[in-house]
Amino acid sequence: MSVVQARGLSKRYGSTVALDNVDLDIQPGRIVGLVGPNGAGKTTALKAILGLAEFDGQLSVMGLDPRTHRTELMQQVSFIADVAVLPRWLRVGDAVDFVGGVHPRFSREKCMAFLARTKIQPTQRVRELSKGMIVQLHLALIMAIDAKLLILDEPTLGLDILYRKEFYNTLLGDYFDEQKTILVTTHQIEEIEHILTDLLFIKEGRIVLDASMDDVGERFAEVMVNPDKADSARALKPLYERQIFGKSIFLFDGIDRARLAELGELHKPSVADLFVATMKGTYA
Amino acid sequence: MSTTNMTSTLSSNKFAWLLKREFWEYRGAFFWAPAITAMVMLGIMLLVLIGAEFTAHQHGIQLGGMNLDRVVENVGAGNVDKVHSAIDIGLVGMSMPIGIVFCFVVFFYLLGALYNDRADRSVLFWKSLPLSDTETVLAKVVAAALVAPILATVAMAAMHLGFLILLSLYMLMHGIPSALALLWSPTHLIALWLKMIVSIPVNAIWALPTIGWLLLCSSYVRSKPFIWAVALPFIVLFLAWFVGLLRTMSLSVGWFWTQIIGRLLASVVPFGWMTKASFTADQLNIGVGDGDDDLQIMHHVLSFDAIGRALTMPSMWIGAAAGAAMIAAAIYFRRSRIESDA
Repeated sequence: MSVVQARGLSKRYGSTVALDNVDLDIQPGRIVGLVGPNGAGKTTALKAILGLAEFDGQLSVMGLDPRTHRTELMQQVSFIADVAVLPRWLRVGDAVDFVGGVHPRFSREKCMAFLARTKIQPTQRVRELSKGMIVQLHLALIMAIDAKLLILDEPTLGLDILYRKEFYNTLLGDYFDEQKTILVTTHQIEEIEHILTDLLFIKEGRIVLDASMDDVGERFAEVMVNPDKADSARALKPLYERQIFGKSIFLFDGIDRARLAELGELHKPSVADLFVATMKGTYA
Repeated sequence: MSTTNMTSTLSSNKFAWLLKREFWEYRGAFFWAPAITAMVMLGIMLLVLIGAEFTAHQHGIQLGGMNLDRVVENVGAGNVDKVHSAIDIGLVGMSMPIGIVFCFVVFFYLLGALYNDRADRSVLFWKSLPLSDTETVLAKVVAAALVAPILATVAMAAMHLGFLILLSLYMLMHGIPSALALLWSPTHLIALWLKMIVSIPVNAIWALPTIGWLLLCSSYVRSKPFIWAVALPFIVLFLAWFVGLLRTMSLSVGWFWTQIIGRLLASVVPFGWMTKASFTADQLNIGVGDGDDDLQIMHHVLSFDAIGRALTMPSMWIGAAAGAAMIAAAIYFRRSRIESDA
């Protein structure tokens, strides 16, 4: 069963279309990156999945309709919406007690064990913590919940590289297993591309790429072409072309590798390059 | 234990946690504000008594409109009732500052209850937990209607005790120990406290329209809940008057003022239902010794009868129904209104 299944998911704000007929299937045990430029509809999609916004079309999360079963859903779905949304007046110890009190799948022991690895003290209030520590606290609370689906919306925005690395290492090392699914949006794709199993590109409210990382490696190829072969490369309809050191780099989708190898040196494109190629013209 | 049982235990615990959360966030407003007011009042009483030590010969001490010397005279004459009402009026009177502080606390608590967490985006954290919007909003209703009044009442009762202790010490120093038994008449003090406790749910029902209106504004507006909550009723009044709607419906501006604006914005005032209109002429005519000010009326009409009669007033229940409807609307808007302009 899909963890998230959407058919014809749409949402408009006045005349702006935020989501345009999106079809989506997210399978259990995957780490899915939802990537798109600002205003592409990422947050709208996550809000629909979390039952925080109305929408048109069909959407089922863990087999439930998020509009009508949000409370039940939240027993199986966790999310970190953004950095620093923990209330500033809350004490760390009270936060642990509260989540333990209202969440049937929360493990106090796990949470305290995660916190013991940080400098956070139970008597501290959130407002006394640094941005990075707030994220550590939030992560400790969320990781102690045995949820089926974890949604992360720009969880490391504004954090330094040490906190960012630690965030994803902890998530991968201590939380993720094949029973769980993680859906994450971020602008720092290059930092998470090695942990993703699936990639979703969203552009102007539509899903423009929905592929596993393995597929991405097979489908897409980057070729560095000398000027004399550039025209024959262009004839193969590359997704994207850029110039470097007098050579052209072409990005191809689904072209036979043997043919591409004749044109020049083959590379596996980075997700960031793929992203730039897919999103060209977005801000134009 | 069956699954249903476990679920229901968890959900009643959940509600207790939600109330705890309100208390954590508003500890200063709910607990410290009335407690500090009580301490300030006791401090003032202490200063008054010390001052009286030096000036009593010229002025005497007033207790509930009755000079302390006359209290002693009355004790001698066996006018126990008069002394009791004097003490009661004194106790009720000195409770009023706590009542005023309570009104401000609850008013601004309700305005911020469903807005502040949207303004600082922490609503996204609360919404990540398996808590329904209904539970969340109802916890805030209960915090305003019951938790805050109970804490204010406890502060008042503690202050009453403190005041009576101070007064007893004063009387002992002045060699009138006979007054102590009267001062500490247990049935009498407990009757006063019982009336205060019984009034809490009555006040809560009366407060529902204000609770509902402020929560609705708090849940709905994208910015400046105070301005909306206060200005909107006045704008409606002005428009209704301007287009002649009030006259068509043969309603006066005064009616709109007390029955709509007053109920929407000021029903959290404790004993707001105790208008002169809600009592029999007889009760209003009870004269108590020196003068007939509102305080004395209040003392004499603060009877169990009057509290019970308040529950038979149509305006009590019409307001409660309107309040419940606005609370339902606040719950509805809580579902999807997450952004604010803050």
